[in-house]
Amino acid sequence: MTVLPPLRGKAVDLTGTFARFPVPAGVDLPPYRRRELSLLLFAGLLATAALAAVVLAIDGNITLSVFAYGLGFSALWGMAHLAVRRFAPAADPILLPLVAALNGLGLVMIYRLDLAKINAAEKAGKKIPPGVAPLQMVWTLLALVVFVLVLAIIRDHKELSRYAYTAGLIGLVFLLLPAMPLVGATINGARLWLRVGPFTFQPSEISKIILMIFFAGYLVNKREVLSVVSRSFLGMHFPRARDLGPVLVAWLASLGVLIIEKDLGSSLLFFGMFLVILYVATERASWVVIGLGLFSLGAVISYQLFGHVQVRVDGWLHAFDGDNPTSTSFQLVQGLFGFAAGGVTGTGLGQGSPQRVPFANTDFIVASIGEELGLAGIMAILVIYGLVVMRGLRTALGARDPFGKMLAAGLAASLALQVFVQVGGVMRLIPLTGLTLPFISYGGSSIVSNAAIIALLLRISDSYRRPDPATPAAPLFDPNAVADSPTQVVRTT
Amino acid sequence: MNSPIRKVAVACLVLFAALLVNANWLQAKKADGLRHEPNNARQITERLERERGWIAVAGGQAIASSVPSDDEYKYQRQYPATKLYAAIAGYYGLYTSAGLERSQNDFLSGEDQRLFVSKVSDLVTGRQQRGGSIVTTLVPRIQQVATTALGNRKGAVVALDPKTGEILAMVTSPTYDPTPLASHDETTASKAAQTLNTDPDKPLLNRATQETYPPGSTFKVITAAAALNAGHQLEERIAAPDQLPLPQSRTVLPNFGGERCGDGRTDTLIHALTISCNTAFAQLGIDLTDDALRAQAEAFGFNSTVPDFPLAQVPSVYPTQPLDGAQTAQSAIGQFDDRVTPLQMAQVAAAVGNNGVMMRPYVVSELLGPDLKAISRTEPEVYKRPVSADVAAKLNTMMQSVVSNGTATKARIPGVAVAGKTGTAEHGDNEPSHAWFIGFAPAVNPSVAVAVVVEDGGGEFGTGGAVAAPVAQQVMKAALDVRR
Repeated sequence: MTVLPPLRGKAVDLTGTFARFPVPAGVDLPPYRRRELSLLLFAGLLATAALAAVVLAIDGNITLSVFAYGLGFSALWGMAHLAVRRFAPAADPILLPLVAALNGLGLVMIYRLDLAKINAAEKAGKKIPPGVAPLQMVWTLLALVVFVLVLAIIRDHKELSRYAYTAGLIGLVFLLLPAMPLVGATINGARLWLRVGPFTFQPSEISKIILMIFFAGYLVNKREVLSVVSRSFLGMHFPRARDLGPVLVAWLASLGVLIIEKDLGSSLLFFGMFLVILYVATERASWVVIGLGLFSLGAVISYQLFGHVQVRVDGWLHAFDGDNPTSTSFQLVQGLFGFAAGGVTGTGLGQGSPQRVPFANTDFIVASIGEELGLAGIMAILVIYGLVVMRGLRTALGARDPFGKMLAAGLAASLALQVFVQVGGVMRLIPLTGLTLPFISYGGSSIVSNAAIIALLLRISDSYRRPDPATPAAPLFDPNAVADSPTQVVRTT
Repeated sequence: MNSPIRKVAVACLVLFAALLVNANWLQAKKADGLRHEPNNARQITERLERERGWIAVAGGQAIASSVPSDDEYKYQRQYPATKLYAAIAGYYGLYTSAGLERSQNDFLSGEDQRLFVSKVSDLVTGRQQRGGSIVTTLVPRIQQVATTALGNRKGAVVALDPKTGEILAMVTSPTYDPTPLASHDETTASKAAQTLNTDPDKPLLNRATQETYPPGSTFKVITAAAALNAGHQLEERIAAPDQLPLPQSRTVLPNFGGERCGDGRTDTLIHALTISCNTAFAQLGIDLTDDALRAQAEAFGFNSTVPDFPLAQVPSVYPTQPLDGAQTAQSAIGQFDDRVTPLQMAQVAAAVGNNGVMMRPYVVSELLGPDLKAISRTEPEVYKRPVSADVAAKLNTMMQSVVSNGTATKARIPGVAVAGKTGTAEHGDNEPSHAWFIGFAPAVNPSVAVAVVVEDGGGEFGTGGAVAAPVAQQVMKAALDVRR
């Protein structure tokens, strides 16, 4: 920040002071960028308050360092905001603050669980384990660097469609890497980790995005063929048999992930993602029917063939029966006890015992939140996720090119699916699978890849919210102008 | 392309709606049930965060208390007397509990309705919820003497106040140290539980209330009660052959050690009890009939348990199915399928001593609020009237004769008239018999009634009179010292 613009208006108006920084020459900064900053400040305030509550509950007094961390956190996301001003000034103003709020709550919860672990170790007179919250802070910084890089490098998302096949190849390699000897590693029964030196990384998180680019790029070209109707059956138009190829390949690939890497969650996520993009591309509900049929078939077959799938299903259906609560379903049941301990209002941050649940800061972090923030906190977080997904789909609606539409829809829907599979699994709505909660769970690969997803969504939203050269009459940056006009810029059939 | 995107949006909203509904169902509706799941350790942990009330003996000395803990929980449960009161106070562990700690948990942990007044004030002042405390009827000196007198032998001692039903001492042996079971270290606690659970001597079992033994000759008190009820007199001569052929069988019932009662054909009722004549009481039982014996036994509390008793108990048993002559004869002398708990037999002795009125036995005398003000005090209550005052007086005379010049001379206390009855109960061939003694002192207006059983204590030579009576004598003597 070498050159500060001259002060305008009142000096205390911080958002006003920096209103024009750093916007590229010739671009008027839309008013809602300021709103983004205000909302980000609110997210920072939320995280600081949460941290203060934790420290107050556990240590008994608040130190200045709480505010230092709060400021640091706000500054981190403030930089992301500046990057958006610079590289995507017209982008959606809600997404970034929503994600920052989730990330802030996640960091506080991870820190809170660190404290619980340290306290237990101190009392037991054991060696104090290193906390993971600072590490997650570093990952957050790295994620924001990736966020800025994605915005800075990808100036036009349509460029990405040219690399569709390359992306497909890289995505597959990434997906299958953990299965390779030497670099692959099995953690908690699932082989979805990559070990390089002391670091472990979950490449499936990255391949999620790369494969989505491939799906969108591939289907942009093939959707005409795939949407050709062959015959009608039960009031639905079904495609020709020879066009089933891609969906079968995706199905087999996701089954492969399930069999080789024993990763139920990723397998479900990939197939769901692919179905969403295919449906958006072809507008044919028949693909969804076929896809769901294949999914059910795959589910039945894998249940019959694989012990680990049967164990998961048994642990879900009979969580409280027989020995299950202390063996197969131990984690699930402990998580449910956490939710129950929280009840409607929660125990309050720092006042529950979420550390009783295994993997409390990764797969089961939503149970930790449910315990300390209660039903109220869980609903708030679910609503925040819902808003993120809806803003993503709004971006898909607004996007002017089919590739952008498909990519945005796929990215947004994948977030929705991941949250559903993750939270639903921990809440025993569906069988438990090993997925992370985006932006909240501890884990580097997860937050980095999800930051990239948000960057891509912002990029696409920036493109459609800028003045369309074809319709110069439309008022600049009026979101309603796009929303209210027929947005079927590209006819598909 | 926008139409499918809108449909995808609807689908996503449905997914989120499902999650929201599920969250509400889980955290608002199911939460309470989940909190009380037996596997939910949070429940106990939450209680360990609160100051639990103490349990004290009569006089106020604590036998279970909570002290601030230096580990991950706020309070640690302590049992200063270690093994002495384990069977009554029990223990309060991370996942399991027993004794008063278990049955009075709601009160001790502060969740009982009776503590509600102080709970509201806690809410207003923001003070942490605290539990109530319990004062028991146990008298430390009597408990200590009973424990020492029983020593390492397996068995049980129960001492009651016949006039009130207060349990003055309740000893079971072997017993356990509750301290490791209440440990906050799961490994220590589960290791201790494992050891105790697999111990063939069953130290976790409270033999005073949870174990039944054949009563042997102590049952003759009940048979005598039925006989006096039926109009028999103390000096009346009843049949007492050297050997009694049992009806409907080829078995012949001898007297203990082949001894002779009276003149070999008849004996007085009082003398038959004094020397514990088997053939006389067996024949008496046959004459009285099985139904009369059952009615008398049930009047004393057989085939039922004491209501609202805070410790685990099993009923004493007189067979409920009709018995034939041989079975009735065996039952009349406390064999066949008769089974009793030491508590039951102490109640029998107490009822005889208390003019035929059986008081309801109790162990909790007072409940105190967190401010140590009494919330409730147990009032003595008539439980049963198994025999009339007249019959009780005659039984009293008979039982005094047992101690003064019969099988229980070792229960004598200088300067005090003592009433009692011994028993040497067979249980299976080639097994040493159980040694029994029941009695009360002083014989008139008694202040203590006891039942003592020493498992396999009969040995080859021992009898109830040789093994159990000395234990009872020490317990009664201690009680008289304390309560005079």
